[in-house]
Amino acid sequence: MGSLPFELAFVFYFAATIVSFTELFKESKATSRIMLLLTGAGFLIHTVSIIYRYVAAGHIPITNTHEATSFFAWCIVLIFFLLQLRYGVNLLSSFIMPCVFALMLLSSILPSDIKPLSPILQSHWLGVHTVFAFLSNAAFALAFGIGLMYLVQEHYVKSKHLGGLFERLPSLQTLDDINYRLISWGFPLLTLAMITGALWAQSALGSYWNWDPRETISLVTWLIYAIILHTRLVAGWRGKRAAILSILAFIIILAAFFGIKMFRIGYHVFR
Amino acid sequence: MNVLVVGLNHKVADVDVREKLAFNGPKLEEGLKRFRDVPEVLEAVILSTCNRVELYANVKDTHKASENIKSFLSEFHGLNRSSLDSGLYIYEGVAGARHIFRVASSLDSMVVGEPQILGQLKAAFELALNKKTTGILLNKLMKKAISVAKRVRTETRIAENAVSISFAAVELAKKIFTDLSKRIFMLLGAGEMAELAAKHLISSGVNEVLVSNRTYDRACDLAQEFNGKPVKFEEFLNEMFRADIVICSTGAPSYIVSKSQMQKVMKERKQRQVFIIDISVPRNIDPEINDLDNVYLYNVDDLQGVVDANVFERKKEAEKAEGIIDEELETFLKWQTTLDSVPTIVSLREKAEEIKKEELEKLFHKMPGLGEKEAEAIKYMATALMNKLIHPPTAALKEDSEDKDILVATIRKLYGIDGKKE
Repeated sequence: MGSLPFELAFVFYFAATIVSFTELFKESKATSRIMLLLTGAGFLIHTVSIIYRYVAAGHIPITNTHEATSFFAWCIVLIFFLLQLRYGVNLLSSFIMPCVFALMLLSSILPSDIKPLSPILQSHWLGVHTVFAFLSNAAFALAFGIGLMYLVQEHYVKSKHLGGLFERLPSLQTLDDINYRLISWGFPLLTLAMITGALWAQSALGSYWNWDPRETISLVTWLIYAIILHTRLVAGWRGKRAAILSILAFIIILAAFFGIKMFRIGYHVFR
Repeated sequence: MNVLVVGLNHKVADVDVREKLAFNGPKLEEGLKRFRDVPEVLEAVILSTCNRVELYANVKDTHKASENIKSFLSEFHGLNRSSLDSGLYIYEGVAGARHIFRVASSLDSMVVGEPQILGQLKAAFELALNKKTTGILLNKLMKKAISVAKRVRTETRIAENAVSISFAAVELAKKIFTDLSKRIFMLLGAGEMAELAAKHLISSGVNEVLVSNRTYDRACDLAQEFNGKPVKFEEFLNEMFRADIVICSTGAPSYIVSKSQMQKVMKERKQRQVFIIDISVPRNIDPEINDLDNVYLYNVDDLQGVVDANVFERKKEAEKAEGIIDEELETFLKWQTTLDSVPTIVSLREKAEEIKKEELEKLFHKMPGLGEKEAEAIKYMATALMNKLIHPPTAALKEDSEDKDILVATIRKLYGIDGKKE
């Protein structure tokens, strides 16, 4: 019974993904409203499922891959809604919902049974550290989606073939601004995640930094996003370059996230 | 008596050639006067815009006249005569009239359908009227050209094309920038299309307007018109980094912004997106700068390409316009043949014969008792009267005179020959 809200949320996200996919081909106010309603319903049910697991396990449910991917999807949808409230980015769902759906699909096929928490994770740092980490990665996921949209729109304008989605995609400057905004949200969150992680490591393992693969990868992505922000502010690397960098950086994050889980190395692996 | 067009436009001549032949400022009046005095030329109009220089004339002998006009042009502008021979187009008679109709209707413009050419043509005609260099043929032809252009504009959608090109520029700007009202716009140079596009952009609400022109006075005028700030032409590159949208139409013979210069500008503006529209022919901005990141360069062809989604529709409209021109050309030609003396003599006689016949019939009807002899006598008198009355105008028409067209028109009017039968 515990998995029912999760499955329901999955179904709603699936429907929203299909609707947002049709949006690519046919514009209509009605379809985007349906998409938002479906995603919103999915999000609420998803929240219920996360709370349910929280209560059942007694700690934040991100301690196995099933929970982590599901929670990651939840964070992405959360930031997606925040972004829609603030900017109302047309067609963003068509680029983001497939990612959410893929994460949920992956989560649904992974074992979901709750196992006792290993002693190392039994700490009040668990919630703080992971929420920061996941929110920052979700912001980067949206920066990835926005970056893709930028490249598509930039291709239309540069090549002077204004077909397809040109009319409906937001302006280049809007996309570039949002991309920048997302990274400047994600970067401090990632920094906080690393600081809290270091403090946690100090209290649990006696040293701030242990060159655990996850730590190393985090450091690498932190450096990449620091470079993205730095080059934008100093050398004016905006637009296409910023979009490409934010896409590459997120691909590295994804590869690292699943790579570490797959090869089960370091203490960030929870079975 | 024949229509003759000698000239060149953006299609056959580069801007440096057009510049050399241009009748601008005080040159125009002086040129018009001297053009009118060219041997074989009876009437004269000069149309000189940034895209074309055309001389319209009513001439006696087209071949001799075109030679004389070429000599006049080379003399007036101090150009090599042989260089003119190849570069100019010459249209005679019907082709000439058709060409003038097409120019007026903006079918011959760089941006088909742009509206300013009609105003320029009107101004050229008005000057000719003021200076009394036109007569019956060109007056009729120019008035007709203006009315044809108006018909084309109201009956076809050709004018939408120019508007849609400026519109496309604005739409593109909106897909590059979030908010046009925060953007700075720079107009380099001037010209029909550039000003139209500038007006569209400004009316969609840009924040600041910079205007630069080779002639600083012109820049000031335009700046005033657009509520902007004039920039000295030597300094436009220093100011360019501020501009988010640039429309360029300077008529310079070569690139005024090179790739390396643009790279510097982009560095100064911290690589923020810039949208450049190059309307100049030949192009004024190195097309390679479109390869730079965050630089979006469009020329007229690119914008046309954007608009051309519906080429078929546009072709149909152009065909419709050509149809209107054909129709109007026919009525003009009909009118022109009436200016010849022979048909006028014939119709004068026909008219007189008709009156004679009518009056005789009336008389015989009223007096059925008349004998054959009396009837013959009356007929004879009527014919004599008629012949005596039409002899002087006929003789005058047969004479060779300079103002024969005026005479023909006068006689047709006095005798009511221009039948209201039409």
